[in-house]
Amino acid sequence: MTGLLRELVELTDYHRDRCPPYDRVLRALDVPRGLPGAGLEDLPWLPVRMFKTHELRSIPDSDVFKVLTSSGTTGSGASRIYLDRDAAGAQTKRLGASLRAVLGPKRLPMLLVDTIGIITNRREFSARGAGVLGMATFGRAHTYLLDEHDEPDIAALKDFLAKHGDQPFLIFGFTFLVWQYLYEVAREHSLDLSNGILIHSGGWKKLADRAVDNAEFRARFAADTGLTRIHNYYGMIEQIGTVYLEGPSGDGLYCPDFADVIIRDPLTFEPQPIGEPGVIEVLSTLPRSYPGHALLTEDLGVLHGIDDGDWPGKRFSVLGRLPRAEARGCSDTFTTRGTAA
Amino acid sequence: MAIEERLRGVFVESLQLDEGAAVENLKYRDIEAWDSVGHMALVAAIEDEFDVQFDTDQVIDMSSFKVAVDMLRGMLDG
Repeated sequence: MTGLLRELVELTDYHRDRCPPYDRVLRALDVPRGLPGAGLEDLPWLPVRMFKTHELRSIPDSDVFKVLTSSGTTGSGASRIYLDRDAAGAQTKRLGASLRAVLGPKRLPMLLVDTIGIITNRREFSARGAGVLGMATFGRAHTYLLDEHDEPDIAALKDFLAKHGDQPFLIFGFTFLVWQYLYEVAREHSLDLSNGILIHSGGWKKLADRAVDNAEFRARFAADTGLTRIHNYYGMIEQIGTVYLEGPSGDGLYCPDFADVIIRDPLTFEPQPIGEPGVIEVLSTLPRSYPGHALLTEDLGVLHGIDDGDWPGKRFSVLGRLPRAEARGCSDTFTTRGTAA
Repeated sequence: MAIEERLRGVFVESLQLDEGAAVENLKYRDIEAWDSVGHMALVAAIEDEFDVQFDTDQVIDMSSFKVAVDMLRGMLDG
């Protein structure tokens, strides 16, 4: 039994002992305690949607330190994710460990393709704000590309590049903002981004009408701005702190060592072989304050290979939302009881 | 000036505390001003005052005034 599997099996019982609604679901499914003989594929998963319909937490009310919520764009309720102090600290640390592989230990000068307004309203925090703030820990000399009207501030960008452009620097933003504002502005003004390391996320849907996919995104950035160190990532509020990061050559998303991914047939839920699209299940040992360690997402993905790419392990891509899944904006979270770390 | 005193000044100014506020036992998130947004500003202010640069892990680990003092001692004496 691998360390990851053992931890996830233990975590399943851990959450059963502390989260009665979770235990009721597993009892209804006749899942035995200790999961004898189970492999990763046999671990019971929860549909991610259950965090919208049920209060699922494995900590007493008095220990709740932060509640993350993601609301649906169609208005059908929000996931509620409960963190205690330990969980809030652990998610930042694990995120940091995952990013260290591409950023190194030093905090790099950081260009945020967003507006500072996204984090200054502390009461109503969006997913964009939570993402920006979570990432800001890994940079210094933070510079925001967009002004208060969401217009690119060319002077600020040029100033940032004059100061920091000759050394490695970090760029972070949501994919469509990065394309619409950073790429187009940098090309128009012939700016050199060759020392940049771009971390971006948020999906390709908003770029589909411009016929920009991941390969096009990477190729155009490289050709027109010199930016080649580009890492897309996949993650969700229901597994906060776990990010699936794109390899340096863009050959797929990789799991951190405390997580795994399984692609399942949408009808039979059997694991799909390499190359067959299916629903993405995400497994992570990080969630200890809520039973989110094995989740069936509403995203479609495909496995490209195992131990045959930039980094060891599985590599996969996200293909989009399940056709029947309700539309959910990824940029629509806010927190209560404080702000996201 | 001792590290504690200088750091106290940075805390008071960055977190907009009252002039005589006690910071010696202050911990991250004890007060509204020291949330994750405040933390970023605080870290930048400490780096400016002491002319140091913290690594990512140090930013994450800086969970109290006391921890910050210890970190600075290690960096400035070394």
